[in-house]
Amino acid sequence: MNDLLVADSVSKSFGNFKALNQVSIAVPKGSIFGLLGPNGAGKTTLIRIINQITMPDAGAVLLDGQPLKPEHIRDIGYLPEERGLYKSMKVGEQCLYLAQLKGLSKTEAKERLKYWFDKLEIGDWWNKKIQELSKGQAQKIQFIVTVLHQPKLLIFDEPFSGFDPINANLIKDEILQLRDEGATVIFSTHRMESVEELCDHIALIHKSNKVLDGKLNDIKRQFKTNTFEVGLESLNKDKVFSEIQDKFEVLPATFKNLNDDIKLNIKLGEQASPNDLLSFLTSKAEVHHFVEVIPSASDIFIQTVKNN
Amino acid sequence: MNHLPLIIKREYLTKVKNKSFIVMTFLSPLIMIALIAVVAYLSQLNNDKQRTISVLDETGYLKGEFQNTENTTYTSLDGLSLEDAIALVKEKEDYGLLYFGKASSLDGVAGNVKFYSEDSPSLSVISSLERKIEKRLKEKKLELDGVSIAQIEASQTNIEIAQESFEGEKSSKIDNIVKLAFGGAAGYLLFMFIIIYGNMIMRSVIEEKTSRIIEVIISSVKPIQLMMGKIIGTSLAGVTQFAIWVVLGGVLLFVVSAIFGIDLAQVQSPQQEMVNQAMQADGAQAMAENLITAISNLPMTNLIIAFLFFFIGGYLLYSSLYAAIGAAVDNETDTQQFMLPILMPLILAVYVGVFTVIEDPHGTVSTVFSFVPLTSPVVMLMRIPFGVPLWQQGLSLLLLIGTFIFAVWFAAKIYRVGILMYGKKPTYKELFKWLKY
Repeated sequence: MNDLLVADSVSKSFGNFKALNQVSIAVPKGSIFGLLGPNGAGKTTLIRIINQITMPDAGAVLLDGQPLKPEHIRDIGYLPEERGLYKSMKVGEQCLYLAQLKGLSKTEAKERLKYWFDKLEIGDWWNKKIQELSKGQAQKIQFIVTVLHQPKLLIFDEPFSGFDPINANLIKDEILQLRDEGATVIFSTHRMESVEELCDHIALIHKSNKVLDGKLNDIKRQFKTNTFEVGLESLNKDKVFSEIQDKFEVLPATFKNLNDDIKLNIKLGEQASPNDLLSFLTSKAEVHHFVEVIPSASDIFIQTVKNN
Repeated sequence: MNHLPLIIKREYLTKVKNKSFIVMTFLSPLIMIALIAVVAYLSQLNNDKQRTISVLDETGYLKGEFQNTENTTYTSLDGLSLEDAIALVKEKEDYGLLYFGKASSLDGVAGNVKFYSEDSPSLSVISSLERKIEKRLKEKKLELDGVSIAQIEASQTNIEIAQESFEGEKSSKIDNIVKLAFGGAAGYLLFMFIIIYGNMIMRSVIEEKTSRIIEVIISSVKPIQLMMGKIIGTSLAGVTQFAIWVVLGGVLLFVVSAIFGIDLAQVQSPQQEMVNQAMQADGAQAMAENLITAISNLPMTNLIIAFLFFFIGGYLLYSSLYAAIGAAVDNETDTQQFMLPILMPLILAVYVGVFTVIEDPHGTVSTVFSFVPLTSPVVMLMRIPFGVPLWQQGLSLLLLIGTFIFAVWFAAKIYRVGILMYGKKPTYKELFKWLKY
């Protein structure tokens, strides 16, 4: 059993609106799993089902091979997108309360809180009220509360919103460290660059249906078009250009380079090898730039959503 | 995992530590006592005021009738003309001039009485004067007809019907008043409790929604646990506040009356007046005895047990509805449309209690409303001192508990869906749809 969480044909309707239609995902142990999709696609509904906040109409969710049951909430840490804290409660009291709700004993919770407060250098916030903190500071507390009970599964819904770049990096590193320590992470966001940076696996939900899932690298391989970005230098630009154009499918390209190059995207056929292209190009001009065009997560997202 | 105690503790401590809660707890009795003291002081001031009333009697019938009292001095201006008398009274700055115009018969006198004054006189002064004159004229008439006053006084008989139930339980008029007081107090207490602390629960649910902590919490606990924890925690805070009010109010009342020497008994509410009227029939001694027997006649055990059950049942029923409203809306201004259906039965219950139960505690209206779950707590609590058969109490309680369970189920449904809904004011139709999610 290598998957920590398996959702099997989960469906959920609200009145006449179908929020999830037979969605299945499998989250491998120790991975960071990106749950992507446009606004209103059904991501939050799926996450709420995993957290047993709402019940699915059909389908099953297994955690560690067992159907979800109330005891499992101790194994899950959830940072919702709509998040907040009791404004007039003191930071320390609040953290203790929320930790105890997750099943930690008071002394245990205190010890772990001390560790985290020291780690993030926020020890002097203990007796402050939440309303005295800035939004980013409150987010830090929220993060600690989410991970404090050392859950097997961490679910972060837009974890970086409200953070400055420094703190966003800090939290990103913490997430990676938690993953390295054995936690599995489900990560829902619209920031594609962080998907690129963090996720091993992704699933894309669009209009209540899962439209794509798998390892990020596999998906990228699937989406690549055998296109190469090239930069050439030649004394006779026009001649070289027309010669290439006769042989290959060519699109203009833009990238930064020192020289006044011919900049092209060259698309090869299914079977063609990049080596053939390269040797053809070297015979015609000086090659300064030769890169395979790999679709970004953002490209994949936009392309998939548009095609569906 | 049972987190209920934890949630209750947090709700309780948050409420009790809240600044405005503390201020309200300690300020309210102060304000109340201050208010009572001011009213008492003012009414005393009014009573103490010295008045001089001049009397000009041109008939001679009322000689000697107007004796000086503690607060009022009467001066006779007999022999002066009306104009002179008015001028004199004006100059002396008397309270007023009571004038009896010339008349040939007693009936003529009655039609020719006037009171001249600078400002319009107080109602109580006028009616006390009227009573005096009526009495005097009546006596005069009787004397003219040859009846002696002494005979009339001798012929007067005082009747008090001794009441006894078929089971041999003795009771008296005072009994009913005591029963009314106990029942009314219990019903009214419940009413106040629901209004004050039901609202508090509602606000606390709304606060959780607006601070967006709700999703964090319910990923750890079941919504129904959170709701029950809120209701119980807030109620305990309410009981604490009430207890402090009672103790503090009692102490303050004692201190204030001791320091200022104000006889607070002089501030009378209508109920007290009823008691006083009943008292006048007996002597004070017999009265006290009656009061004690009346209280000991009350079905105390039944009363206390029923009070606990109906109070808790009724309170929980209403507060779960309040919690549901809080969950359905985003902010307090949106609560109005949902408040009405809750307040209506509550107010109806108090009205039925005050008007119908007093008239006829076992009549159809009272009986029916003491079974209808939304009104039964208040109405039944008012009825019980008058003796309600146990089967009726049991049935009513059963209905109440049944409705309570239904209300909690209903509220929990609304709660579960509502707490995650933002930004839109739901309609009743939508609420109904939520039940099916």
